[in-house]
Amino acid sequence: MLEQYLSILVNSIFIENIALSVFLGMCTFIAISKKIEAAIGLGIAVIVVIGITVPLNNLIYTYVLKEGALSWLGYPEVSLEFVGLISYIGIIAAVVQILEMFLDKYVPVLYNALGVFLPLITVNCAILGASLFMVEKSLAFGESVVYGLGAGIGWALAIAMLAGIREKLKYSDIPEGLQGLGITFITVGLMSFGFMSFGGISL
Amino acid sequence: MSKASDVLFAPLFKDNPIALQVLGICSALAVTSKLYPTLIMCVALTATITLSSFFISLIRNYIPNNIRIIVQMTIISSLVIIVDQLLKAYDYETSKTLSVFVGLIITNCIVMGRAEAYAMQNGPAMSALDGFGNGLGYSLILIIVGSIRELIGSGQLLGYQILHMTTDGGWYVPNNFFLLPPASFLIIGLFIWALRVWKKEQVEVPEFSMKQNAPKEIKVEHA
Repeated sequence: MLEQYLSILVNSIFIENIALSVFLGMCTFIAISKKIEAAIGLGIAVIVVIGITVPLNNLIYTYVLKEGALSWLGYPEVSLEFVGLISYIGIIAAVVQILEMFLDKYVPVLYNALGVFLPLITVNCAILGASLFMVEKSLAFGESVVYGLGAGIGWALAIAMLAGIREKLKYSDIPEGLQGLGITFITVGLMSFGFMSFGGISL
Repeated sequence: MSKASDVLFAPLFKDNPIALQVLGICSALAVTSKLYPTLIMCVALTATITLSSFFISLIRNYIPNNIRIIVQMTIISSLVIIVDQLLKAYDYETSKTLSVFVGLIITNCIVMGRAEAYAMQNGPAMSALDGFGNGLGYSLILIIVGSIRELIGSGQLLGYQILHMTTDGGWYVPNNFFLLPPASFLIIGLFIWALRVWKKEQVEVPEFSMKQNAPKEIKVEHA
């Protein structure tokens, strides 16, 4: 049992890294990775939000949307899977909003550090993508908690690494047209190539 | 008229959503290993962005400002659900290949970005045109990346054999690297480089410039 959870965790952090293997959340990944502090702040915010929304969407999927899930209401043959997308994004937007208000009221220190990143997270495709992958892999509730955390940690790790590289790149002599965005793309390509070496590991 | 054509064609090279605004790159990378799914993805995104810009612009004066994101999200996700269901009904194989990426059009920043930046201030017809133009700009890059990857990676275009492979007695040894996802990063990076050599005003100003005649190597003094 524990082994299975560990395997999901390692798998979601390294082998199927949500930023460098499936390329989700790339817009913010490239836009916010100029400074390492900002990158780490955003990474932590993503871990928190993804760790809450994936299990929550798992509950919604299992008890409301899945075929036959509404049998407790007396509708055993109803399947609401087609409204999945809108429910997941609704949950994510609501969780981000609640988290923002909660942090503002009770943990102002954390709010000051993460506040600016929270609205960005609603439209971060890593969050929605993790929920969709969770449904596609048909994970159980416990597994979805581990998967959510793993996906978040993987994304945070990747953005912190990219920010570190970009801080060094500032001082290098790059051809004119390649400065900024161009070289960032190539860097991410090479990082993602490096992460492919985890692909052969079987757990 | 010139304004309409400007709105439509500016996103192709002058203000490309992927190469300059850095929006919506997630799907640009993941679905482009073959040209056919790439084309489907382009059509899906262009249809969604055109319609969503149109509808959001239609009700823009009735949307309360503080809940506008949720309203935009609802409209966009309803459109994406329709696209997703249509794709599942008529082309199930491709919908399997694209897997979660059709659903991820919801969070594709191009769609949200155009709704927020253009459709909230302009009339429905112009917004639809702006959405369509940005859809084309996105499709342009995706199609270029998709064609390069399929042609070099497997010697085919849309499944037709273009280059004769050595396995069939031809001369071409396929380069499998181009079928791997990281290749699309390198192709987009090089595309940005080419675009900026052509259109100089897009070049970013570096934070630290190299000094003229600076020594190439810095000597480290050993203690």
